[in-house]
Amino acid sequence: MLDHIWVIPLVTFVSFWLIIAVGKRLPRGGSEIGVAALGLALVLSTVAAVQWVDQEKVPSHEPAATADAGHGAEAEAGHGAEAESEAGHGAEAEAGAEAGHGAEAEAHPAIRESVEHNYQWWSSSSFTVMVGTHVDGVTVALLFVVSLISFLVHIFSTNYMEGDKRFTHYFAFLSLFTTGMYVLVVSSTTLQMLFGWELMGLCSFALIGHWWEEKANTDAALKAFLTTRTGDVGLLVGITILFWIAGTFNIAEINEKALAGDLPQTALLVAAIALFAAVIGKSAQFPLHTWLPDAMAGPTPVSALIHAATMVVAGVYLVIRLYGVFWEAFDIGAGGVNLIAATGGFTILMAAALAFVQRDIKKVLAYSTISQLGYMVMALGVGAWTAALFHLFTHAFFKALLFLGSGSVSHAVHSFDMKKDMGGLRSHMPVTFWTFIIGSLALAGFFPFAGFWSKDEILLGAGSNGYEFFLVVGLVGAFMTTMYMTRCVYLTFFGEYRGHGHPHESPAPITVPLVVLSVFSVLVGLINSPWLFGGEWFGHTVENEVFELAGVPVHEFSPAYALVSTAVVVVAFAIGYVLWFRQKLPSGVTERSSIARAGYALLANKYYLDVLYTDIIVGNLKRGVAAGAYWFNRVVLDGIVNGVGTTARVVGDGVYRFVDRGLIDGAVNGSGITADASGGALRRLQTGRVQQYGIMLFLSAALLALGLVIFTS
Amino acid sequence: MLVNQFLLLGAALFCIGVYGVLARRNGVLVLMSIELILNSVNINLIALAGLHGNTAAVTGQVFALFVITVAAAEVGVGLAIVLLIYRNRRSVSLDDIDLMKG
Amino acid sequence: MQTLDDWALTAGVFLPVAGVILMLFVPREREAVHKMVALVTSLATMAVGVFIATRFDYDDGNLQFVVDRSWIPVINSRYLVGIDGISLPLLLLSMFITVLVIVYSWDHFPSPVNPKAFLMLILVLEVGMNGTFVAQDLILFFVFFELVLLPMYFMIGVWGGENRQYASIKFFLFTLFGSALMILGFLALYFLGGETFSIPRLIESASGAISHDTQLWIFAGLFMGFAIKVPMFPFHTWLPDAHTEAPTQGSVILAAILLKLGTYGFVRIAIPVLPDAAVTFAPWIGLLAVIGIIYGALCCLAQTDMKRLIAFSSVAHMGFVMLAIATLTELGINAAVFGMVAHGLITGMLFFVAGSIKDRLHTLQISRLGGLLVTAPRMMWIFGFCSMASLGLPGLAGFWGEFPAILAAYSPAVELSTPLFRGYMVVAALGTVLAAGYLLWLYQRAAFGAPRDEELATHMTDMGRTEYLAWAPILLLILVLGVFPSLLFGVTNDAARAVVAAIPG
Repeated sequence: MLDHIWVIPLVTFVSFWLIIAVGKRLPRGGSEIGVAALGLALVLSTVAAVQWVDQEKVPSHEPAATADAGHGAEAEAGHGAEAESEAGHGAEAEAGAEAGHGAEAEAHPAIRESVEHNYQWWSSSSFTVMVGTHVDGVTVALLFVVSLISFLVHIFSTNYMEGDKRFTHYFAFLSLFTTGMYVLVVSSTTLQMLFGWELMGLCSFALIGHWWEEKANTDAALKAFLTTRTGDVGLLVGITILFWIAGTFNIAEINEKALAGDLPQTALLVAAIALFAAVIGKSAQFPLHTWLPDAMAGPTPVSALIHAATMVVAGVYLVIRLYGVFWEAFDIGAGGVNLIAATGGFTILMAAALAFVQRDIKKVLAYSTISQLGYMVMALGVGAWTAALFHLFTHAFFKALLFLGSGSVSHAVHSFDMKKDMGGLRSHMPVTFWTFIIGSLALAGFFPFAGFWSKDEILLGAGSNGYEFFLVVGLVGAFMTTMYMTRCVYLTFFGEYRGHGHPHESPAPITVPLVVLSVFSVLVGLINSPWLFGGEWFGHTVENEVFELAGVPVHEFSPAYALVSTAVVVVAFAIGYVLWFRQKLPSGVTERSSIARAGYALLANKYYLDVLYTDIIVGNLKRGVAAGAYWFNRVVLDGIVNGVGTTARVVGDGVYRFVDRGLIDGAVNGSGITADASGGALRRLQTGRVQQYGIMLFLSAALLALGLVIFTS
Repeated sequence: MLVNQFLLLGAALFCIGVYGVLARRNGVLVLMSIELILNSVNINLIALAGLHGNTAAVTGQVFALFVITVAAAEVGVGLAIVLLIYRNRRSVSLDDIDLMKG
Repeated sequence: MQTLDDWALTAGVFLPVAGVILMLFVPREREAVHKMVALVTSLATMAVGVFIATRFDYDDGNLQFVVDRSWIPVINSRYLVGIDGISLPLLLLSMFITVLVIVYSWDHFPSPVNPKAFLMLILVLEVGMNGTFVAQDLILFFVFFELVLLPMYFMIGVWGGENRQYASIKFFLFTLFGSALMILGFLALYFLGGETFSIPRLIESASGAISHDTQLWIFAGLFMGFAIKVPMFPFHTWLPDAHTEAPTQGSVILAAILLKLGTYGFVRIAIPVLPDAAVTFAPWIGLLAVIGIIYGALCCLAQTDMKRLIAFSSVAHMGFVMLAIATLTELGINAAVFGMVAHGLITGMLFFVAGSIKDRLHTLQISRLGGLLVTAPRMMWIFGFCSMASLGLPGLAGFWGEFPAILAAYSPAVELSTPLFRGYMVVAALGTVLAAGYLLWLYQRAAFGAPRDEELATHMTDMGRTEYLAWAPILLLILVLGVFPSLLFGVTNDAARAVVAAIPG
């Protein structure tokens, strides 16, 4: 399976075309194809994961296959046939020596050798572009999580979307989206990643705008696509720069060269910043995060799959994949502050603050997603590579759970407004309630739920790698997370029911995925606990060549960090409990204090970023700059063209009037008049009698002959 | 060589032709007179070719043949015109045909 | 086979003439016959193209199928035709598009309906287009280049929209103005470059024989001729008018093929014949190209008419092609040819859809559209597909026109300023955002939502038979080229190397 990983994206891609082609004629509108394809993909992903775990580990001090051999094969591929290269890219002997980066770095445990296959895509004389698959621990982890969540979302959707008029298209795009994510995850080159990346963007656009009759939805879809696309400029530029300085699109080679210090530092830094712009766009980091809350306009399962669990982590995944580039460019090993950590840290707090003022349950979760993505980005910025990946992994489960839970709630009350239409749902929807609670606990990071383990590792990494400031940021973030989730749970499930009708528990296709996900949300954190499966099993499974080459520091589980973070969470919950459950929320603060009012207005208006983007930048672009450009086109350029034309006409007119009619026509007319007069005289000669003409002819001929005779003799 | 005689014959024929063209009123006769003129030219051509003595180059004879051909065509067209004029006007008198009068 | 090979290009160019002659003798009323004759002729021409493609040696960067006969001995101008990897895709594109345009015309004749004249013009147009792509003699090239002008002038002038007089005259005069300077350049090349009009021979001898300053002047002349045709900012203003007023078929041919004549001229003549001057001009061409990218996109945002918007998007897309050419690298030329083909297919398709909408609604005012996805779902799906292709979505043809251009701009020929071109690269990359912006905004306003004009909505119908027939091959090709770019890069590569052979780096 690891050698034929391309089968997985192929399955969903075929599913997409099948649904498009025959979906409408099937009894369940094509959803059966989608579910079956995802089921198959899930099985295959699981097989891949198992095979990966079964692989022999390669001790890091013994090169398994020299990387050069692998690359040589690839270079040969340029000559023609489908050459393959199985590369054990990073497993070089120098790896050990490189590991000296972090002061606290410990001896690395062995890693498994990644499986890579490359094929020639197109070539010119100067270079060859390859496509291929690259499988390592990161790949299988993501394949598994994407397959599982996509599968559950498919099942959830069969009921949730029932009766929708574009049911078939919906499932087609889900399949296509999953394909995009698979392509991104298994690709061995940056160029190929771009394919998956943009394919997801397209599906995100289509699915956010699924109910395109409403302008608000299409606005959101456009905003999502354009905002991420703005970031993608960075991706294009970054890939280009990396290609020219490293001479290849191959990710493993780029990482290797970057970490070996073969690449010019300035260009590398520019490339890393450019790539990070794409990460900011796709993973909704400040300042390009504004599209994600709006993206909630799409169907809720889509939000769960795309805008929580998978697509939005593509940016994080990009950094994980190209960590060698970021590690070198930003000198992450050195500690202090860097762009990645700062962006992530700021995003955590900024988004968490916004989550407090939302009425819409999905918006709370959206800002929470942004905030959690901030954690992942920050983790990468502080050198906690494994922690970032692990948080990505666990977050996918509990955030998908929360989103699907909110979907289940809205299925019952037909609204997302917590303040107006919810409250007291605890007794009406017990399954949804309990699973939502589990998701919230996991998100908040209560021991021993999934979020606890991954967040703890991030904090540990920040604290141990010389990024103490971000440790504090992370703790504050955890505090805020717990508080806003307390508020959210209270408003939704406690108190009096404020909506209409009688809400009921959702049917099995909706609750079963919730239960499955909640089981994962409880247990999945344990796979990286220090006490089970031989200790930090997940970390040892996913660590790859880049990780080892860079010498990312590894830290032992620290009870102190765990205790502090647990304490923060408990205190936050206690305060939240008092504020909302006990109704001790100080009312009227905004009326009394102008600072509080200003703060609330700032939050309610989302820091005015939307105003800046939509009204000022886009509005001006559309109306001001674009209109200006077009004005230039019409008035100046066309003016010149028309001016030339008009001038030519005027000149022509003048020429006609004065020269032509005055001068030339004068001459012409003059000669005409002369001709007329002489003609009048001569017409007498014109009798019409041929013979008279004949006589004249002969007489003249005779005269001329006479003349000839006289003059020549 | 009897060139002079030939040339005299040609000149005589030419003069008769010219007289016919200028003096006769009947269109058919005018056409016939034109034929005379053309034939006089033919005689001249052949006579002078003979005078030239170069038997290999039959240029003069070839020209004469050309003229005969053209003359035949010309008479054909001319007679057709005269016939049409007769049909329209019941006359072939050239004095009646002064449409080209200025 | 040798005889067949010798005649292949000539047949490919002049076969449509046979159709035209045949149609001359058929009375105007017998429309079915005219359609049939035109279709068969174009298909036969296409078959010749396929034959050429099968006999073409893809590993050879030199001219193939060369025929060299005496033509106008007085000025030593010869009937010299031949193709290489750059001409071949464009020649095939031209044949392909003509067939589809004729298929589409089957029941989409613009008023005043006159299939005889209309189809004859299209066939004459094909002669000019095919001829331009195979001509290897400057005079021959010029004749074909100009031959294209007249049918298009009539097409716009007779079957155009309300403002057709203005548009057609503007188109004609603008292009003719460029041609005048171009022919001056050709003559200068003839007299200074060794009394020959043969492009291959000029490539060998011209740059050595002509002083650098003179080369610059000649290049400037050629530049004007080609840049107007491309069209490059600021010589583009004829394009939106021509496109807006032209009938659908005219727009499609204009976008798909005619614009390529300009860029093709740069690649075939201006750069290889005058490489030194090209190096001097390249930064300026690059500058105009990126201005075009941004400027075209901004103008798109300001448009209220769908067809006009697509026309301005052509300016932006041809900017990418010109930027790729301006890098003067092998990759750049490859990217440019790919960009030409991709733009031909995609923008041609966009015009097809726009035309079909106009056919039904008699307006393309964006503010009056809306909700077309309700009334004509299939057509708007196709439109969405093409919009995505146009904005450069990876996996569709448009991407391979854009991305390699950006890639090439990072590392231009060694004599060019690298920082400058890197700046161009970033600007061009920003252009992709704007492209997404105007296309999706257009799509939102035209396709999404509810129909804004109930009256209009009742006129809207989904796709007809000929539309399926004419569009399906293009859509397929957009997808196939997007997934297998080597299909095209493999053809152009050797020829592209030859184009920039004289340029260091």
